[in-house]
Amino acid sequence: MRPRVLALGNPFRQDDGVGPWIAKQLRTAGLEVLEVGDDLTRLVEGLAGADEAWVVEAVCSGQPPGTLHVLEVGYDPLPAALNRLSSHVLSLSEALELARALGVLPRRTVVYGLEGRRFGSGEGLSPEVRQAAEAFIRSILAGPGNAPVTSTPQRDT
Amino acid sequence: MDDSAKPRHTRTIRVGNLARVEGEGALYVRVKGNRVEEVRLDIFEPPRFFEAFLRGRNFAEVPDITARICGICPVAYQMSSCQALEAALGLEVGGQLKALRRLLYCGEWIESHTLHIYFLHLPDFLGYPDAVRLAQDQPERVKRALQLKKTGNELMTLLGGREIHPINVKVGGFYRVPRKAELLAVRDKLEQAREIALETVRFVAGLNFPDLKPDYTFVSLREEGAYPILQGRIVSNRGLDIPVSAFEQHFQEEHVPHSNALHATLSGQPYLVGPLARYNLNYDLLPAPLQSLAKEVGLGPVCRNPFQSIVVRAIETLYACEEALRLMGEYEEPDAPSLPVVPKAATGAGCSEAPRGILYHRYQMDEQGLITEAKIVPPTSQNQKMIEEDLRQFVAAHLELPKPELTMRCEQTIRNYDPCISCATHFLRLEMEHET
Repeated sequence: MRPRVLALGNPFRQDDGVGPWIAKQLRTAGLEVLEVGDDLTRLVEGLAGADEAWVVEAVCSGQPPGTLHVLEVGYDPLPAALNRLSSHVLSLSEALELARALGVLPRRTVVYGLEGRRFGSGEGLSPEVRQAAEAFIRSILAGPGNAPVTSTPQRDT
Repeated sequence: MDDSAKPRHTRTIRVGNLARVEGEGALYVRVKGNRVEEVRLDIFEPPRFFEAFLRGRNFAEVPDITARICGICPVAYQMSSCQALEAALGLEVGGQLKALRRLLYCGEWIESHTLHIYFLHLPDFLGYPDAVRLAQDQPERVKRALQLKKTGNELMTLLGGREIHPINVKVGGFYRVPRKAELLAVRDKLEQAREIALETVRFVAGLNFPDLKPDYTFVSLREEGAYPILQGRIVSNRGLDIPVSAFEQHFQEEHVPHSNALHATLSGQPYLVGPLARYNLNYDLLPAPLQSLAKEVGLGPVCRNPFQSIVVRAIETLYACEEALRLMGEYEEPDAPSLPVVPKAATGAGCSEAPRGILYHRYQMDEQGLITEAKIVPPTSQNQKMIEEDLRQFVAAHLELPKPELTMRCEQTIRNYDPCISCATHFLRLEMEHET
């Protein structure tokens, strides 16, 4: 089963562009990739019909830049700690829950969030974010079952 | 800060991040007794970053770069920038190329308006905290909304060349124009979209609207013989009627102490751009059946209640569907996808009707076609002062409301404008201080 990759983010907001940056590399490698950009209703549409979905997004949670967060959201919502950190129209959490309410969220949906450092106007990724993105791509392309499964942050109680 | 931390007779209302506004920013309202003492809307402006970023770039790159300013209305940025550069170069894009641009823009109006109506604004009227709860209760309605919005996106993809950040528009026309059969392939979907848009008009017209009717100065484009989308003269309900090239002689931008953003004024006064302004200044240019529909659902030729902007957006969405179908039906493939373009040292201005209102661009380039100066005035910057005025009036007239409801209504008042602060900034925080 090949996952559908959905990339979020704006390449003109520095590390927020890590999703599109990863999307470009994975598309070249032959994966099914959909760039969602800023409008997360597209994420809802993009999730519909997928057997498995990987959502790739920049995260700002206070962890060291480059930290990879891996969150399975097919059954549970995103942790509240990550709910509001979005400059998009709908937040990522809202878009995922919208998909769930409409019955189009694949059971196997994983959010891969790469912790960013800079989110101001500008181009280019921070070195540590780029390194983490390259490592993430290498693990993905190493083959099925190699997708990272660690670093999920603690859930709010 | 909670109430206990304030001096006696002072009440502070604080709301976290204001949801359902595109982007981020902050609002502060201070009330003393029965008087609204201060209203401040504070946003930041990436278009300023883009103005600097564009200097030294080749003019041909400008439409694609500016399209990145906003993920919701990239076509508006492409159209205003193309028209500014074409004005500088003495080019007039007409015929089917102009019609295709209007068709592309219809796609953006459909997707942007639908997004705002259903996912950002409607929850306010129905008492839901967000679109997720709306979808849980009314999934079929939300699915139909997504279908309508997706049709707009498909038009943008077809003519813009890809899903997001369209790349097919160029100075002088397009890189590639579609075959007639390609356009007709989305005709059925557009006809379905038209039905959903009609349903939407009837549905939102039945909502309850708070009473607020400010004496607005409306500003919009006025396009010859058609409801304005792509171009036109800049007009107001106070007698303004100027070419786009005269924009900066009449509209000023000023720094205000509390904001990084520039506030635009017309001869020193706030003004309103967007659907309400377009509708009031161009009602006569709506097709007769749409005028009749507007009357049937309770809107006359004049609508000054900003809360009813949701109905106007719905009517404009229906218009965009019908206009797209008309343009498709009349389409004939042009001989060439674009006019020949030769750079020269020149300056030009362009303006189009972004979903949220007029979007003004001006560029100066040298003889090699490198940009030496760029100016971008997005609609949200123009409306900022008016949002503050609306809040001032609304809060003053509703001080008797319980604190949570007043706060919610303030948020709703901001969302009336569909502010595209992602053209601009990060979170919007709302803070109210009430001194008694």
